[in-house]
Amino acid sequence: MKISEIVDAVNAEVLCCKDKLSDEVFSACAADMMSDVLAFVKDQAVLVTGLCNPQVIRTAEMMDIRCVLLVRNKRPDAVILELAETKGIVVLSSRHRMFIACGLLYTAGLSGGEHCV
Amino acid sequence: MSGENCVRLEFNVSSENFASAGSASEAVKTRLKLLGINSRDVRRVAIAMYEGEINMVIHAKGGKATVEIYNDRVEIILADRGPGIADIDVAMKEGYSTAPEDIRALGFGAGMGLPNMKKNTDEMRIESNAGVGTTIYMTVKLT
Ligand SMILES: Nc1ncnc2c1ncn2[C@@H]1O[C@H](COP(=O)(O)OP(=O)(O)O)[C@@H](O)[C@H]1O
Ligand SMILES: [Mg+2]
Repeated sequence: MKISEIVDAVNAEVLCCKDKLSDEVFSACAADMMSDVLAFVKDQAVLVTGLCNPQVIRTAEMMDIRCVLLVRNKRPDAVILELAETKGIVVLSSRHRMFIACGLLYTAGLSGGEHCV
Repeated sequence: MSGENCVRLEFNVSSENFASAGSASEAVKTRLKLLGINSRDVRRVAIAMYEGEINMVIHAKGGKATVEIYNDRVEIILADRGPGIADIDVAMKEGYSTAPEDIRALGFGAGMGLPNMKKNTDEMRIESNAGVGTTIYMTVKLT
């Protein structure tokens, strides 16, 4: 699906890289521990997280993740958004909690990639 | 080893601000992509180095990272003068971590770093002495 459809599904605000909303993504992962993302993510292009610091963007960059969805209305500071902008990573913010956000995205057709570790 | 092409990159890894942790790994990733190395190999180097860089920041007050890019492999050396690792076999176990709660709140400290570094490299060697520091040598073969 297009990143713009994620925006609609979780009623998100687009915080940077608006020009990339028509990019296609197929699967997502959700984690608050960046080490888990680094250890278990394969090719998921979307990261759903409640963590909000520059390492979220760095982790996304290392894993070729193209879109970070912050849940629970987390608001990144300018440092985080600047980093995301230079890396071309779309940052979204939603008021939904993690479980609901993931459920909405799954229902909208985003997959989790592989089933089990 | 005369005639072997090598690009050598050196970084000081500072622990003064957590926001900049990972910037060396980021620069290496960018360089490898520019060199046209395939994305799977690039990602293996990026993951291994990033976890190691984060470790230097959270466990050892920073250190030095040296990366050598050869035609057939990337060699990464991470050297710090931190507290050292008392028992390397124990430290290598998944889930083992001495990281305090405030580090976990930053998204690290799950005890997955060292095993993931091992998984993403073809060779990894740790030299560590209590009170002296830690040096980790990693090699990723390019495919
Ligand atoms: N550079 C280092 N200096 C000192 N201790 C380290 C270093 N790297 C790792 N360690 C020790 O090994 C443990 C396991 O490391 P790791 O697997 O990366 O997990 P984590 O960083 O999440 O604690 C750490 O908790 C720490 O005790
Ligand atoms: Mg670690």
